[in-house]
Amino acid sequence: MLAVRPRACCWMLGCLGLMTTSVIAAETGSLIATITQVGARGEGHAAATAAVRELETSAQAADLVPLLKAMNSAAPLPANWLRGAFEAAADRALSANSLPTADLDAFVRDRSNTPRVRRLAYEWLLKGDPEAETRFLPTLLDDPSAEMRRDAVARLIGQAREQTGDEALKLWRQALSGAVDEDQVDAIAKALKELDVPFNRVQHFGLLVDWHVIGPFDNVDQKGFPVAYPPEEQVDLNAEYTGKLGPVTWQQLHSDEADGAFDIAKLTEPHKGAIDYLYTEFKAGEELPVEFRLATANAWKLWVNGELVFAREEYHRGMRFDQYIVPGKLQAGKNTILLKVCQNEQDQDWAQRWAVQFRVCDVTGKAVHQMP
Amino acid sequence: MLRIVLCGLLGTLVCDTASADWRQFRGNDNSGLNPAALQKDWDGQQTLAWTADLPGRGLSSPIIIGEQVILTACSGPREDRLHVLSFDAATGQQQWERQFWATGRTVCHPKTSVAAPTPASDGQRIFAFYSSNDLICLDLAGNLLWYRGLTFDYPNASNSLGMSSSLVVSGDTVVAMVECDDESFATGIETTTGATRWKIDRPRRANWTSPSLMQLGEQSLVLLQSSDGVSAVDVATGEVSWNYADGASTIPTLVVAGNTAFVPSHGVTALRPGTSNPAVPEILWQEGSLQPGTSSPLVFGDAVYVINKAGVLTKAALNDGSRLWQARMKGPFSASPVVAGGKMYCVSEEGSAQVIDLADEGKTISTHEFGETVLSTPSVTADGIYVRSDGHLWKVQLP
Repeated sequence: MLAVRPRACCWMLGCLGLMTTSVIAAETGSLIATITQVGARGEGHAAATAAVRELETSAQAADLVPLLKAMNSAAPLPANWLRGAFEAAADRALSANSLPTADLDAFVRDRSNTPRVRRLAYEWLLKGDPEAETRFLPTLLDDPSAEMRRDAVARLIGQAREQTGDEALKLWRQALSGAVDEDQVDAIAKALKELDVPFNRVQHFGLLVDWHVIGPFDNVDQKGFPVAYPPEEQVDLNAEYTGKLGPVTWQQLHSDEADGAFDIAKLTEPHKGAIDYLYTEFKAGEELPVEFRLATANAWKLWVNGELVFAREEYHRGMRFDQYIVPGKLQAGKNTILLKVCQNEQDQDWAQRWAVQFRVCDVTGKAVHQMP
Repeated sequence: MLRIVLCGLLGTLVCDTASADWRQFRGNDNSGLNPAALQKDWDGQQTLAWTADLPGRGLSSPIIIGEQVILTACSGPREDRLHVLSFDAATGQQQWERQFWATGRTVCHPKTSVAAPTPASDGQRIFAFYSSNDLICLDLAGNLLWYRGLTFDYPNASNSLGMSSSLVVSGDTVVAMVECDDESFATGIETTTGATRWKIDRPRRANWTSPSLMQLGEQSLVLLQSSDGVSAVDVATGEVSWNYADGASTIPTLVVAGNTAFVPSHGVTALRPGTSNPAVPEILWQEGSLQPGTSSPLVFGDAVYVINKAGVLTKAALNDGSRLWQARMKGPFSASPVVAGGKMYCVSEEGSAQVIDLADEGKTISTHEFGETVLSTPSVTADGIYVRSDGHLWKVQLP
């Protein structure tokens, strides 16, 4: 009969446990890797559907942070697949009272993690540890996550409304320093106005208000959208071209509007069936990822440093702040920005607008200001 | 023999469960009718069974699968947080929630929201769809099965006012209409894998109507309505079976009864597949005085019902469109009407839920004020009518 001593038995069980954990970890990593291969138009679905099913049923509390870390670098589609697996596992852990709150807390504190993934971790942390909100809220005003900052700004707005005089003003200014969402900025601006404190919306949002404009070029029957008029070939601010009604040259343009928008219809006649180009330069201190955000009720094309980054042929479906968000990048030094803004010939009252509003910001919506 | 009997019983049970469900926009067959609730003996009085809080906005209708009520919502200052929620139909208790990040544009007119399209189900899976054109497939326990981003795939597939076309599912294909001024298409997606079975170009014109199913014998068609008219498309292959090319509304959606479609076009146009030339539908009648507003028409019994922009309900004969009676309701309406217990249930934009007696020339039997804006079409099962706002989901108890 083979006798197994208790100490040896414990060691063997420990080894088995380590092996099991290690196998599970390896499997989780492999399943995550499979899911991150999901691409556009259904690419990678065959393998990923099996992998996500396996993850949703097998992932344990210990797998939650690895899943969050995988979301950090995942593309938008696989990030959502991973989120599905994360929430299924987190739900189970929450029911079993085994959410790894310390690990989630550490993940949230690490600002090198992707903002929206930190936010996801934060919301699950609060489910397991509601007191975490008290710890985190005072630290979030400069957080890289817009959603986290929003909470901190809301807290300050609430406090400011309870105060008067200098104390209120101090709180409103603090709130403004972190605010990137239009509704919160509007609320703060309104309060500042009541306190007779000037607020510069153009500066706060980084709206670009100095451009050169040329036009009109022909867009009768909406045929001008695909036509490459001369400014698309080369921007020469001293050049003269043949426009829709005769010779056209570049004119300097500055918006004095509070919202930094340009009413092109007022600037260019006739304002139907026509196209204008707008050009500006933006000096950046370093190469950095940015978002070009614009609003217009007209069809448009955008070139940055000579490269077409997006084109949109839609007319008169409204004009709203940050209506279009175009990810891109700035190079160190001078950057050129060229906009083509097209007006069609609809004759309804609501289809007369020919305007544009444009800004440069980071991914959270915070203004990126150019170098002097 | 015993096995055969059991299988038969199970088959009946499955069938009964399916028929009692409300699995997509305006019900299983997009008609606004649920056979399980039609013959209910309901006096039209409204009693709330429960109220559930919602974490975000939405105009999508709830769908009901067995004892689960599935609803979508969106949240965040840019409405880029997509929610799928499951509630217990009996109690209103939330069973689970899943959230995702929108991968398409989320800008919308303030009246609408990103959670505008109604989800669909084949009884085993949930297909959730949003104005951002994110298409999410979950099982009934909330586990993700697959995820597509149709605007991620086709970046100009969007509408600055928001999109709202709901999904329909038939067999193993879920159909999405993604129609706008720029990159415009409809697509059939395989329910099990999320793979594209077919994709067809559609008119480049903003469109807020939803696809509707038409079953012709063994052939399942989906009718796609647009400013150009109506295209009947084979659900399985994406091949166009026939076209009606005389224009149609881009807001209220046609309704199918048997082999006839009642289309918001030149008032209302009744058409059915052509007999001599299958590619050209036969127009049975057109009635210009029937002018659907935002609500879609409804067919019940021997009549078609239309609510116009002024909130006037018109009953018209099914065989020729002639007007039978009119009744003024308290409007305006965005939600489409449904029928339960032989009575019409209409909820105005101001949240005024009106039970209309169709046997008494549209007399209002009861009114319940939800006290919140309601733009969503109600959903009906054997024991309840479900209504949602941006903030709440309600169940009105049926006897």
